Amino acid sequence: MSNPIATPPQTLAQKLIARASGLEHPRPGEFVTCRVDLAMCHDSGGPRRLKPMLAELGAPIWDRNRVVLVIDHYVPAEDEDARRIVRIARDWAREQALPHVYDSVGISHVVLPQCGHIRPGMLCVGGDSHASTAGAFGAYMLGVGSTEMVGVLVSGEIWVQVPQTVFMRWSGRLALGVSAKDMMLAMIGRFGVNVGHDHAIEYCGEAVSALSMNERMTLTNMSAELGAQVGLIAPDDETRTWLWQAGERDIELDWRSDEDAPGVRHNFDASTLAPQIALPHSPALARDVADIEPTAIQVAYIGGCTGAKLDDLRAAARVLAGYRIDPGVRLLVAPASTHERDVAEREGILRHLQESGASILAPSCGLCAGHGDGIPEDSTVISSIARNGKGRLGADSARVFLASPYTVAASALRGRITDPREVLWDGDVEVVH
Amino acid sequence: MDKTVVGSGLLQRGRRAVTTGVASHRVWRLPADVDTDALAPGRWMKYGAEVIARHCLESLRPQFALQARPGDVIVAGANFGIGSSREQAASALVHLGIVAVVAPSYGGLFYRNAFNVGLPLLTCRDAEAIADGETVSFDLERGIVRCVADTSGQELAGPLFSCEPIPPFLLAMVRAGGLLPQLKRRLHGPLGDAAGR
Repeated sequence: MSNPIATPPQTLAQKLIARASGLEHPRPGEFVTCRVDLAMCHDSGGPRRLKPMLAELGAPIWDRNRVVLVIDHYVPAEDEDARRIVRIARDWAREQALPHVYDSVGISHVVLPQCGHIRPGMLCVGGDSHASTAGAFGAYMLGVGSTEMVGVLVSGEIWVQVPQTVFMRWSGRLALGVSAKDMMLAMIGRFGVNVGHDHAIEYCGEAVSALSMNERMTLTNMSAELGAQVGLIAPDDETRTWLWQAGERDIELDWRSDEDAPGVRHNFDASTLAPQIALPHSPALARDVADIEPTAIQVAYIGGCTGAKLDDLRAAARVLAGYRIDPGVRLLVAPASTHERDVAEREGILRHLQESGASILAPSCGLCAGHGDGIPEDSTVISSIARNGKGRLGADSARVFLASPYTVAASALRGRITDPREVLWDGDVEVVH
Repeated sequence: MDKTVVGSGLLQRGRRAVTTGVASHRVWRLPADVDTDALAPGRWMKYGAEVIARHCLESLRPQFALQARPGDVIVAGANFGIGSSREQAASALVHLGIVAVVAPSYGGLFYRNAFNVGLPLLTCRDAEAIADGETVSFDLERGIVRCVADTSGQELAGPLFSCEPIPPFLLAMVRAGGLLPQLKRRLHGPLGDAAGR
């Protein structure tokens, strides 16, 4: 670690890179080489693409204990092609004797911290844009493509351009029915989809501190939609408690930006934030749900790494428990992991969702990776997933709106896009627990 | 190959005379915010690059994959390649013979991926002044793009656009044909082919 007296004030991003690069004071803009603490691959960008390239190089994996394989994209296999991809992944895991393999138990970004692979202070790479999710735990996790992953697997290193930090400071507290997804859509609506890879986003302020780890993961996950290199949140007691339950011990909490660290600062008030919705076909087309034209929907989808964590399922159940969804709507719920699904089952949440008319799908990337044919052409869809570019859910002509699980559930209930505050009230908390 | 050599008289309009012929490239003009789902649609991701390439940009320009010719370039609006980490978004373009992309800004992961698969990206603030069907030449070292023919193929002493410098180690990577050939050389070849950093 660098000597705090000898170095100028640094951001959390700089400190994480300093540790991984061995440089005392990495300067924003500078290209540095970092040692990788953990590399995550999944079945889509992973073995089927890595194996031939590694064979071509004839080089071994630098440290298999630092490699995690998650099979989450092509499961459950819908056809022979998917079965082939999954088979390659499983065979490769055996050939390489990988010690950390998670097969069909959920989406990597949620499984990784749940299974104790992410700790504050780490520098990781993941073969997926939403790898930035790990930033919720104070870890620097860079998304990479397959060729770059091969580079990491044979060298244990990655180049990083030291980012400038944008501090998104949220004061106040979120109102009932307003969640991290609304904060995120509001920020993307304001700053667009590409703040640039030369930027790290750090979320801070009392409203961020008050968020559960699941909700914090929504912010760091969708830092990908802001176009940032990473999204970070300084770890605190909430982080430690969550990681403790995931089996992690010896959590270092002193990973934070110095008081006067350089960066751009933006301030937001959580208490005045209204539920947000992003119009087709970009997360940047965000506005207040209350401000949009009446819009009938045919599909409501709660799923993906950002939109179907336990707290997202709880939010949906809070809206739907005891009610039936509109008969014109198909509500699809794909929990982010088997863990989320099992806890939701124990809490009675899954039953509430099913009784309201939801179909529960397998915990995997599923529709959000363009798999399956759940989304009809020309349909209007509202979803808690992270992005809504044309064709994201498999149907090019589908119009996909992005919103929080509260808003998705409220819209399923009414058959049209609905501000969840119209159907929620303070007194119904006990319904779901 | 769709490469024509442009007379040197035209190119002498630059700061310094270009003595050798310079390859020119037909432009596919695309809008801003072209994401990786448009470049490599999710439902084709289970297949190899040749299949994905056939569906590249089909939701935006259905004829692109059929009509793109080796040597063509893409000129796009801001935020080209935003979205997923899937490098097939870049390798589909390479597969179709696209030799460079010119845009005001790129998705960060696409930027890394493109150089990793040997596709150079020129970051050019004024890219949007270049029209569909025009012909351009470019120089990666000097960071310039120049319009050399209009949409009808008429030679043009077109404007010269300056681009942000490409970091030398990425330039070296793209010269090597991408990260994989570079790694191969570093692991097995003669000593000293460092990444240039």
